[in-house]
Amino acid sequence: MSTPGRSSPPDGDAALRAVTGLAARLSGTVVVGIALFVLWQAWPALQAVGPLRFVTDAGWHPLAQPAQFNLLPMLVASVAVTLGAMLLAGPLGLFTAIFMTDYAPPALARLLRGVVELLAGVPSVVYGLWGLVTLVPLLAAWQPPGASLLAGILVLALMILPTMVLASHAAIAGVAAEHRLTVAALGFSCAGSLWGVLLPAARAGLCGALLLSTTRALGETMAMLMVTGNVARMPDSLFAPARTLTANIALELAYAMDRHRAALFVGGLLLTALVLALVRLARGLGCAWRHA
Amino acid sequence: MGSDAVSGGRRARPVIAMLLPLLLAGCGDGGKAATGKLMLTGSSTVAPLALEIAKRYEADHPGVRIDVQTGGSSRGITDARSGVADIGMVSRALKPDESDLVAHAIAHDGIAIIVHASNPVTELSADQIRAIYRGQIATWQAVGGPKRPITVVNKAEGRSTLELFLQHFGLANTQIHASVVIGDNEQGIKTVAGNPGAIGYVSVGAAEYAATHEVAIRLLPLDGIPASTVTVKDGRFPLSRPLNLVTRGQPQGLAGDFIAYARSAAVHDRVRSLYFVPLD
Repeated sequence: MSTPGRSSPPDGDAALRAVTGLAARLSGTVVVGIALFVLWQAWPALQAVGPLRFVTDAGWHPLAQPAQFNLLPMLVASVAVTLGAMLLAGPLGLFTAIFMTDYAPPALARLLRGVVELLAGVPSVVYGLWGLVTLVPLLAAWQPPGASLLAGILVLALMILPTMVLASHAAIAGVAAEHRLTVAALGFSCAGSLWGVLLPAARAGLCGALLLSTTRALGETMAMLMVTGNVARMPDSLFAPARTLTANIALELAYAMDRHRAALFVGGLLLTALVLALVRLARGLGCAWRHA
Repeated sequence: MGSDAVSGGRRARPVIAMLLPLLLAGCGDGGKAATGKLMLTGSSTVAPLALEIAKRYEADHPGVRIDVQTGGSSRGITDARSGVADIGMVSRALKPDESDLVAHAIAHDGIAIIVHASNPVTELSADQIRAIYRGQIATWQAVGGPKRPITVVNKAEGRSTLELFLQHFGLANTQIHASVVIGDNEQGIKTVAGNPGAIGYVSVGAAEYAATHEVAIRLLPLDGIPASTVTVKDGRFPLSRPLNLVTRGQPQGLAGDFIAYARSAAVHDRVRSLYFVPLD
């Protein structure tokens, strides 16, 4: 999202350089440290159970005799709720942001921004509670049990919408003023300037908005735990209950020991790998393009 | 994550231990200045309660340090027998071949089967409950209720409530065909209250509190006995168990004092906060 150019700082900036360098190294070390910790905690299960059984076992019954450790239904559930939520919140967020920057009268834009920021500030447990006592009973009256992939998707879409709107808004509003002036001077229509110039110019920022929203959706725990039903079975429809990888960890970690605990960390490892894959995919799709 | 939370709790203690002598200085209770170490091992159901009681006991007795470790009721029995632990924690009544140990109940744990308040079904037999949880009965019509699918609410793996439920009905968790899996009691109560077709089970204390505070759930009787903290307390309700501290012979000294404290009314608020039923 930042400008790509990198100039070497003058000598007077040595102190700043040291401080920022230290901060960057610290952040990097923490991230790598967490990944290593998760791997270290998951290792006993990977060794005793073998990586293959985490995708081939009959189900997830870590305390049964013999224990079963299939994480695949939860991986699918995590991907499904994230994908569903992005399909809803992605376009909705982007269009809201475009409306706010280019079409809305300033007063309305300010109001919208305030509402979206408010939405962003609501803690996830509140969304979860709302889902549990309002949305799930509504869905249950229509398609029992109500707690389902669909409930997860709807709550999640609502939760990532503010991230999507605010990040897209920042990206579009950040397009250099000279681009806008040039476009206007060339007599582009509003739609033309939007699709032809502004959005391509904001592309890196928009990719960031998408990536940020997606990873936020993947990582959401509390709200998913409360509305998706948490049944560790492969969901076969939108109305079927499902358990996400994050909910699995939150549900069982406090009560898990030994191999069960390590198996939960394998789920964490899987989630980390999923996020990494996502970042790679975003790069592959051209998100790193800086000059359109 | 889990170990951080534990060490956080541990870290808080020295501060309390430093402040308490100041608070207690005027109490004139210096005669009971017990010191020493106690080791408790066993049931993971009893452990959270034992830990809470131990924290409070330590705060009252600055010279005492109490370690609580989990590992299941059988470890509690083994360790109390061998003397590895001063006190074992066991979440069931002692068996006949364990008569070398003495059990001291500190609370009762009971589970209530709950349905939506609007559900006309007033009683289910154990066989019907088994069939419902196995997915063999899928609508309320089959048990004399309305034509509505049953939403089976089960507990997440590792919970003692799940363990007691499975054990009582002779079910294995792999047989259960759940529609919703819940974590804590509150989530279970809200799930059932929001779904007229749901059936679930939660701690009796939590269910009774919710049902008497305008939450749309109803507690089903079991074998003709109403589910309530009263019937759990007097031992009549079948889906319940005592939470015991066990010792080899009658406990002496510090262990005896701690057990007497754990059985006293001073810890009833802690017992209730974990949704167990106090002794009296």
